[in-house]
Amino acid sequence: MADNSTDIKFKENSFKRIEQHNVDEQEKISAPSLTFFQDAVRRLKKNKAAVISLWLLALIVVFSIISIWWTPSDPNAQHVAYANLPPKIANGQIPGFTGKANVGGRIVDKYAQAKVPAGTYYVLGTDYLGRDLFSRLMKGIALSLLIGFLATLFDLVIGVPYGVVSGWKGGRVDTLMQRFIEIISSIPNLVIVILMLLLFTPGLGSIVVAMGITGWITMARLVRAETLTLKTQEYVLAARTLGESPFKIAMKHLIPNLSSTIIIQTMFSIPTAIFFEAFLSFIGIGIPAPNASLGTLLSDGQKTFRFLPYQMWYPAAAISIIMIAFNLLADGLRDAFDPKTQE
Amino acid sequence: MGKYILKRIGYMILTLFIIATATFFLMKLMPGSPYANQAKMSAEQIKIMNQQYGLDKPVFQQYLIYLVGLLHGDFGTSFQFNNQPVSYLISSRIGPSMQIGVQAIILGTVLGILLGAIAAIRKNSWVDTVATFFAILGRSIPNFVFAVLLQFFLAFKLKIFPIALWDGFSSSILPTIALAMAPLATTARFMRTEMVDVLNSDYIELARAKGNTPWQTVAKHALRNSLIPVITIIGPMAVDLMVGSMVVENIFSIPGIGDQFVKSITTNDYPTIMGLTLLYSFMLIVVILVVDILYGFIDPRIRLSGNEGSN
Repeated sequence: MADNSTDIKFKENSFKRIEQHNVDEQEKISAPSLTFFQDAVRRLKKNKAAVISLWLLALIVVFSIISIWWTPSDPNAQHVAYANLPPKIANGQIPGFTGKANVGGRIVDKYAQAKVPAGTYYVLGTDYLGRDLFSRLMKGIALSLLIGFLATLFDLVIGVPYGVVSGWKGGRVDTLMQRFIEIISSIPNLVIVILMLLLFTPGLGSIVVAMGITGWITMARLVRAETLTLKTQEYVLAARTLGESPFKIAMKHLIPNLSSTIIIQTMFSIPTAIFFEAFLSFIGIGIPAPNASLGTLLSDGQKTFRFLPYQMWYPAAAISIIMIAFNLLADGLRDAFDPKTQE
Repeated sequence: MGKYILKRIGYMILTLFIIATATFFLMKLMPGSPYANQAKMSAEQIKIMNQQYGLDKPVFQQYLIYLVGLLHGDFGTSFQFNNQPVSYLISSRIGPSMQIGVQAIILGTVLGILLGAIAAIRKNSWVDTVATFFAILGRSIPNFVFAVLLQFFLAFKLKIFPIALWDGFSSSILPTIALAMAPLATTARFMRTEMVDVLNSDYIELARAKGNTPWQTVAKHALRNSLIPVITIIGPMAVDLMVGSMVVENIFSIPGIGDQFVKSITTNDYPTIMGLTLLYSFMLIVVILVVDILYGFIDPRIRLSGNEGSN
């Protein structure tokens, strides 16, 4: 180590003279100043997994929106004669989409058996009632996403105000509000959801409400903890001293500073809601028939999985991809908004 | 400490009381009657049935009877399943659930800790990438998808394990793996973050400076200190397990309480649903309490005082 330092030879041109008139130029900040959000977006863009997830989700959302007006065929129309047809594309040239199935060791052209006219094919096959699975999958994804988004609305509408009020008021109000949260959170939220679903008639609305009743708690806790630190900040103190009303302080100072926490938590709530819907439909108290959701498609597919595996593959792949994409995006957003957590 | 524990137990009893009350009145609000073929029954028969189940009394009196029964460990009588007492249904079915649950939590946490620790030590290497990838898969893919996939490949295609049967240890392997995925992913992820933090601390630097090999440093110093916060995620993991057990038991036809819960929901067996709701809540509250107390014992920096525990 010591030998190295003596090796360095200083020559005359090793040093450059700093001219007096250069000072201004050297002090200039070359990069444009970025707002907090611009900075976060810049960090997010560096995270490849998150960017891919974002594009994938955007694509899925577009598909879901299209499915409101258009699906290849009516997702609820039954053609019992065409039941349980395997996936087929065009003339069946693509492996995995040939329209043939292995029945007792023999490859059978199911489409010929069912006397399906040439040119008619089902990209992802049909289910036991002959319903087009591709259309049902499109509708199912749309419904699951809708549930995810609606459930997070409760996060925003109940969780955020609850957390802000609890943190801002402090003292007895805070203690009372936190006790309430503790009691609710000590019941497994699945149990609450199930009890609610038994009480209401099953359907989109009741699932969303049932999940909303318990879903806001994490958000409320995070927001409260953040509010507790925010309210001791100087700018909040200044706003208070100037006589700003608590509501305005919350809207102008607290919520904008809470936004990263809120966005990240929302991104984690969506996959949770999608999972819950799938779970509820899977055990038979979710979206009622004949409507398709990822959960109902999975549970229908599971019943015949051993013999008609394609009915399970695609819903399973769809829900897995959606869940992974949301989780990766949420992770990326958290790292982008809160660089402290990044190692 | 003693005062804190007493206080927490007090809250626990209060919470359970509130849950019992809420579920009782919810059940009273439920539409429909407990008798499957009421249309075929005469008014007289219904009256006798109501008397038999104590449903002829005023609701408040029924409530008191229910509460007193709970104190004696009596959860009422199941409307289905041949009028068995709910407490008998639960006690005869809790064994398999506990076995799978405990196996899953051991498998999940041990593998998770290992995976997380290795990922942290070899940070930013391919091992880390693979571990992170598996953690994300485990967290994202619903456990019933795992369960069905395991059933399809290992039981149906390869015939290594029984498909759906409850007979000895070999039949508990697949459900255990399916249930262990979520705890494994959570632990690995958490462990990695903690371990990275610990590895950057001064005392690890000192341990290295003393001349310990990297593995000695990890085993003696880093592992223990990163394990402490991992205890806090046992609570949420217990919830995951309970939720997971319902579908996994259903898929693998395991005679456990999760399977019972799903069956009771589909048959509107209200006393059983109530009993199981209370049981699940009780288990969850106890787990959270034990975790909080354990944490206080293990990490002296955490002081258990009266007004915390809310975060």
